[in-house]
Amino acid sequence: MNINSIKRRTLLGAGLAGASMLAMPAVLRAQDKSLKVGVYGGYFKDSFDKNIFPEFTKATGIAIESVAEPTGEAWLVQLEQAARAGQAPADVSMMSQVAMLKGQATDLWTPIDMAKIKNSSNLLDRFVNKYPDGRIAGIGAVSWYITLVTNTDAYKEAPTSWSAFWDPANADKLGLLALVSNSFLLEVTAKTFMGGTNALDSEEGILKAFEKLAEVKPNVRLWYRDEAQFEQALKSGEIPMGQYYHDVTGLAAADGHPVRSTFPKEGGIQDSGCWALSRASQKTEEAHIFIDYMCQPSIQATLSRKVGTSPTVKRESTDLTDKEFAAVSSDIEPIVPRYDLYQTKSDWLNQKWTELIVG
Amino acid sequence: MRREPPQTIGDYAPLLFPAAMLTIFFVVPFGTMIAVSFFQRQQGGFYTPAFVYDNYARFLSAFFGGVLGFSLMMAIAVAICCIVLALPFTYMLTRMARNVQVVWLVALLSVLSLSEVIIGFAWSTLFSRTAGITNILVALGLMGEAKALTPSFAAVLTGMVYQAFPYTVLVLFPALVRLDPTLTEAARTLGASPLKAFFTVVVPALRNTIVATLIMVFIFALGSYLLPQLLGRPQHWTLSVLITDQAIYQSNMPFAAAMAVFLVLVTLGLVALTVIAGRKGEAA
Repeated sequence: MNINSIKRRTLLGAGLAGASMLAMPAVLRAQDKSLKVGVYGGYFKDSFDKNIFPEFTKATGIAIESVAEPTGEAWLVQLEQAARAGQAPADVSMMSQVAMLKGQATDLWTPIDMAKIKNSSNLLDRFVNKYPDGRIAGIGAVSWYITLVTNTDAYKEAPTSWSAFWDPANADKLGLLALVSNSFLLEVTAKTFMGGTNALDSEEGILKAFEKLAEVKPNVRLWYRDEAQFEQALKSGEIPMGQYYHDVTGLAAADGHPVRSTFPKEGGIQDSGCWALSRASQKTEEAHIFIDYMCQPSIQATLSRKVGTSPTVKRESTDLTDKEFAAVSSDIEPIVPRYDLYQTKSDWLNQKWTELIVG
Repeated sequence: MRREPPQTIGDYAPLLFPAAMLTIFFVVPFGTMIAVSFFQRQQGGFYTPAFVYDNYARFLSAFFGGVLGFSLMMAIAVAICCIVLALPFTYMLTRMARNVQVVWLVALLSVLSLSEVIIGFAWSTLFSRTAGITNILVALGLMGEAKALTPSFAAVLTGMVYQAFPYTVLVLFPALVRLDPTLTEAARTLGASPLKAFFTVVVPALRNTIVATLIMVFIFALGSYLLPQLLGRPQHWTLSVLITDQAIYQSNMPFAAAMAVFLVLVTLGLVALTVIAGRKGEAA
């Protein structure tokens, strides 16, 4: 994966150099100021490269070198190791909430100066990630939902509740995320069967949720780390049900694949990515301009339309129609992950989880 | 040609380059890993330099013992399957015409060029219900309806044997080519069937090669972490999968390092045992 991304980066570099030969004056100016931005590789990155970054360069004169980052916490580990050596493989990266908290523990994120983020007034409070002492660690980039997905050939009727995972009729038919900190299945269990995620406040509560979750095991065919693996199996009907990203499923459905994403009555899982600046980066100025630019309601609306993510700014501030908004979000109260647990109890949770699925 | 032992320091010069490479790319990283395995894990963060045994203590549990046992068993199974398949195959290959040999070897080499990811996805498609080989059996009327053969232990084993098979053949090939054909001819003249000659002459004559190949495939298979994930259920995940989880997803480098050190030690121990047992067998 490393080699791959380096290749992709060199390729991009070569591309940039080539482009500058053709469009000397404009790009030369842009080359003075540049920023390396990490976004999730694959569809996400392609979409940003096509719909967002060129416009940004046009508006600000800052060239963007996009870096494909792996999902999960792999990128956090790479950023942290690089920062220890004074390197920044990307200046600004899109990071999940769990990764944000872990990075906070080692002061990995350069605090953001809100005075320079003029568009911050539109942001929803829950998308501003703060250090315990109040400094701003990251600013909401996009938010997304993990929902209940099904293959429409195998399931004529869409399921309405997460409890479908527990239905004995679905034996050996599910594809679920393999890690405790990205599947958020404990929260799903708590919301579906234990009255809410507050049930996870105590260790007894968590153990009870694990016990309930163990009943799902016979229904699970695949515990996936790699999204492509599940997406493929879902499309072909090999694994006809599971949890997956609402945005990507919607895109697959739009491409004509027999898949659908459903917001269960208990709510979809809402997760989000923050823009965060590595402490090893020298590009603080450019990073602030970039983050400010991304907070504009019009950019957030473009992201909703093109990438299928849910906006991190107030809905009223965008020009999204009801239909467009419904396509990327839902009025049902979402299940918000208990990020705190993945910081304070991460090793214990991980151990219990691994024993649950491997044992 | 006569080989003389090195006389001056200059004679050792050709050794410097490989020695330096080994030091830089193997000894130093391995030393770092051992050091990290004693560091203090910071939950929710990274690690701080220290000298603690916590990481090893956490590993010493029935759960991880079980996973380690499974990984070793899996690697041994892969090694044995590979030898059982590759030895007769390579033996027959060495007796074929030269151009046939070349075609086979090129085909095997091309398998080596495939990445583990491609092999994993290819087999998971072949073993799937919707597009897999069972559909052919259904079309031939041998099976009632198509079914999924993955995830299962057999699927993981197949994938790993497929991946290690070319290495096995390539290691066995030179030894089998050099094998004196008069040995088997003598056995045949004395009345042994071809099968008997193979098992009583060829196999014993190649004992050391076979043991060395077994060890090589075993170690190769022990490091596999993608195929068990793509083709197996969680109970088929090897220790390497859990090490990756800890290092990449939990950012728990010290624990990952401790598991890796443990795996290396157990592997070295097993290899040493095999070698010692081999020597004893030879002496007897």
